[in-house]
Parts: sequence; structure tokens; C-alpha cells
Amino acid sequence: MAYAAGVDVGSTQTKAVIIDEARRIVGRALTETGSNVMRAAENAFQEARAAGDVREEEVEYVVGTGYGRYKVTFGNTQVTEISCHGRGAVQMFPATRTVVDMGGQDTKAIRVSPAGEIIDFCMNDKCAAGTGRFLGAASAALRIPLDQLGPTALRGERPVKISTTCTVFAESEILSWLGKGKKTEDILLGVHQSIAMRSAGLMRRVGIEEQVTFTGGVARNTAMIAALNQKLGLTVNVGEDAHFMGALGAALFALDHILASRAPAHAGPGAS
Amino acid sequence: MRYTTGIDVGSTYTKAVVVDEDHVIRGRAAIPTGFQLADAAERAHHQALEAAKLRTIDIAYVVATGFGRHQTPFVDLKVTDLTAAARGAAALFPRTRTILDVGGQTMKASRIDDHTHVQSFRLNDKCAAGTGAFLEKTARYMGYTTEEIGPLVATSKEPTTISGVCAVFAESEVINHLSQGVSPADIMHGAIVSLVGRSIQLMKRVQMEPEFTLIGGILRFETMVTVIRRELAAEVNVPPDEMVQFVPAFGAAVLGHRRLRARDAETTAASPAGLEHGAAS
Repeated sequence: MAYAAGVDVGSTQTKAVIIDEARRIVGRALTETGSNVMRAAENAFQEARAAGDVREEEVEYVVGTGYGRYKVTFGNTQVTEISCHGRGAVQMFPATRTVVDMGGQDTKAIRVSPAGEIIDFCMNDKCAAGTGRFLGAASAALRIPLDQLGPTALRGERPVKISTTCTVFAESEILSWLGKGKKTEDILLGVHQSIAMRSAGLMRRVGIEEQVTFTGGVARNTAMIAALNQKLGLTVNVGEDAHFMGALGAALFALDHILASRAPAHAGPGAS
Repeated sequence: MRYTTGIDVGSTYTKAVVVDEDHVIRGRAAIPTGFQLADAAERAHHQALEAAKLRTIDIAYVVATGFGRHQTPFVDLKVTDLTAAARGAAALFPRTRTILDVGGQTMKASRIDDHTHVQSFRLNDKCAAGTGAFLEKTARYMGYTTEEIGPLVATSKEPTTISGVCAVFAESEVINHLSQGVSPADIMHGAIVSLVGRSIQLMKRVQMEPEFTLIGGILRFETMVTVIRRELAAEVNVPPDEMVQFVPAFGAAVLGHRRLRARDAETTAASPAGLEHGAAS
């Protein structure tokens, strides 16, 4: 049995996925990227391999993706995260036509063909507004851990309107709302709605076509899913592996390579 | 002697200045604004009065400016930051035609005419990369406070390139530079050069003309002034020391005296119409 691996080195976290020839995920791992990007990539890969009980020599091809993809020194090649997120999302939800990926430092809207090819994409690369960093700022200002932001926001009833665009200024705006006696959950609900609004704007620029699949680390946040659904007026697909979608896409590209390299020698599925 | 107070309720600091009829500053105060704007305005006013050794009843007119001016209940007049800054800059440097104001959360450029009227202005308060917050964030990423920016950058030999696109994304840029052995001083210097680049763009958009007067808390950093002077290839007026951050408050107080004089003139002009025959003079 041959295995393929995808390593997605993100600005905040590094994800690795190992798949078998049937495209099933057999191992996954998540580590903080930190300052030593090369080591983070290596660690994530080794952990995913261990989790899948796969030996190193069984992994025939490794594709790196994410902003640190060139630091995956053991990788065979690199593919952009746009392609990988599109590919992973279509694998998980075959009817996907629009992907919204929210990561630590950027948000991307991707339109894909039925085959998972990229038709168009749009991302915020000049400004941190509407990205995971916006949640990071809220977490710092309100002193609430990142993973508690969603559950807290879901308790909100009267969302506060966050008027600032800039993440830096949003932090002071959040504090000023607290000063005016607004409830933490209402402020947080407003923060989530503000991010959903910006993401929807980004998605409209590529054209929103159903189904919409939500990927990236922020897709674990339940309040963000709810805010997106409300803003878009539809229900987005969120898989358990939403966070690993880029790594999964990379692993699928790696598997393509393995299968293609075999094709001339052993035509047909009976190949050993 | 009559006195007026100008209060500038800014996003970061609230400044109050007590000024006499000869436009001499008798007392001033700056306190962090916080979130209770009315309270901040009142406290700044009282501190300025204390410094001037005056009482509330000695003040004939109070003018408020700044983003929190509408929350200050005890004032006679409210004016925009641009008007107040124009009055203040022109009172200090009468030949001022272009004003650049760089504060903690805003950057403003304006062009004024011979009569101190604002002809054109542009402002940025949407993006931290174009305000003092950019320098504060850059300093904080490296473990320095805002107050340490001046001394730190004074030791820089050569600015490093900082893209200055986003104050949040600057963090990774700063970390990259540090890991490559670039000194914090050179990084800070680079951040200042980047901020100045944005200032010049804003000034170009108001069709700047000399003389240039630079105001706002961020101009306390001498390197800011040096780099602006170099980029403009022109002389610039900078109020001395801490005065850079008091210019709009000072301008508001100066405007207060102007209003008082106008009121005096009206009263004098109105008296004869009152037909008070018995009243001599």
C-alpha cells in the first residue's frame, strides 16, 4: 500500500494529512508553526505518520502547501493553498462550487469547477481585517481564550455594530463598547458578524454559487458558521476536517502524482 | 485679563489649554482619554486651570474640538479638529499653508488659505498602518513602549525596508527582520520612513504648499521630523517640545478669544440702538 502526504504550513498552525490510495485520511496532525517553520513542517508530518501507523518509506510523495510551503524541505513539490483548499473541499463535499477559507492571517474566497479546478479566487493580502487575526484581537481585548469566542458569541442577543475596519482599531472599539456597558457576548456576536460581512464581500467578488464549503482554522468556530449562514442566507458545508482541507488537497495532489507515475508501467487497477 | 480654554478630546489623549488675551498659554494638561469622554474633558480642564492658577469662573469661553467634542457638555462652542488645528498652527506660524497632523489613531493633511480657512483636507482613520498606531505596534512587537521609540530610533544607522501595508501583518515582517539580525533601531527607523511615505501621499492629495506645519503627538519623535524634512526637501515648522500635541487645543482657545471679541463688537454696535440717552460713553 502506498501513501501520499500533504503538509500545509500556515501562518499560525501547520497541518499534515496522510491518505491511502483510496483517498481516505489515515493520519492527521496539527502543530503551532512558531518561528522554526522547517521543524514545524517536519513535526506535523511525523506526527501524522505516527497517527496513521504509516512507515516513512511507505509515503511515496509529499506535497507542501501554505505560506511556508517552500520550507517543507522533505516535500517532493509544492502547490498553492488556493488549489489545495479547492481540491480538498470538492473531495469532501463534491457539490462545492464556492470555498471560503479563513485562516490566521488571511481569508480567501475560491470558486471551483465541478472537477475541483480553480475558476477564480480573491483574498485579502493587504489588510488583516476580516481574518482570524480579528478574532485574535477580540480575544486579547476581552481576555477570552480563542476557543471560547464562538460559544460566548452564541449567547449574544443584541449584537453590537463594529464600525472599524482595521484590526488594530477594532481592539480599541471593543474596549470602548465594554466601557459603555455592553455585554461581552453581544460585542463578540458583533465581531463575528463583522467578519462574516467582510468574507461575504470577498465571496461576492468571485461570485457565490452553491454549495459553499467553509474551510480553515476559523471553521471550527460555531458562531462564525452561524454568522456566515445568516449573512449568506444558506447553509455552508463544514466538515470535521475543515481545518485540514488544505493539507488534504495537497495529499490528493501527491496521490495524483503517485498514480500518474505508475500509469505507463502498469496500466489498469491491478498494479501492485 | 480674560481667559479662554480649548479642549481637544482625542482618541488617545485629551488635551486642555488655558490662553490669555495675548494668546499666551497660562496652563495646559494632557490626560489619557479612556472611555468616559465627558469625564476626561472635565479632568483635563481642571488640571489646566490648576496649572494656570485660575478658577472655572475666570474662564470666559470654552471651545471643544477632537472626536469626543460632542460628549463635552460644558462648552460654549464645538469646532472640528481641522478648524482648531488651522487656528493653532496659524497662530504659531502665520505663514502656514499646509498642516500635517499625525496622532495615535488618525492622520490628517489640510491646506489653508490666507484667512486660516481650510481649503482642502484628507484624512485617514480607517487603517492603523497610516497612523501613529503603526509605530506603537511595531515597537510593541519588539518589546518596546511608545515612550522608548524616540531614544531607540536615535541609535539607528540605516532604516530597513518595512512595507507598511498593514500594522497587523507588520508583526511577521518585524520578526523576520529580527531573526535576520536587523537591529530594533533600524526596524523602528524603517517603520517611520514607511509612515512618512504615507504622510507625503496624503499631503500631495491636498495639493500642499509651503509653509508646512507639523503637529500631533507622533511628531514628538524627532526622526519623524527629520525624515519628513528630507522627503519634502523643504523646511518645516514644528512647535517646540510637547507643544506639538497641544496645537488644536491651543487653536480652539485662540478661536474662543476671537468669538469673545466678535461678541464685544456686537454689543458695542448694539448699544446705540438701545437708545440709552442717559448713559455716557
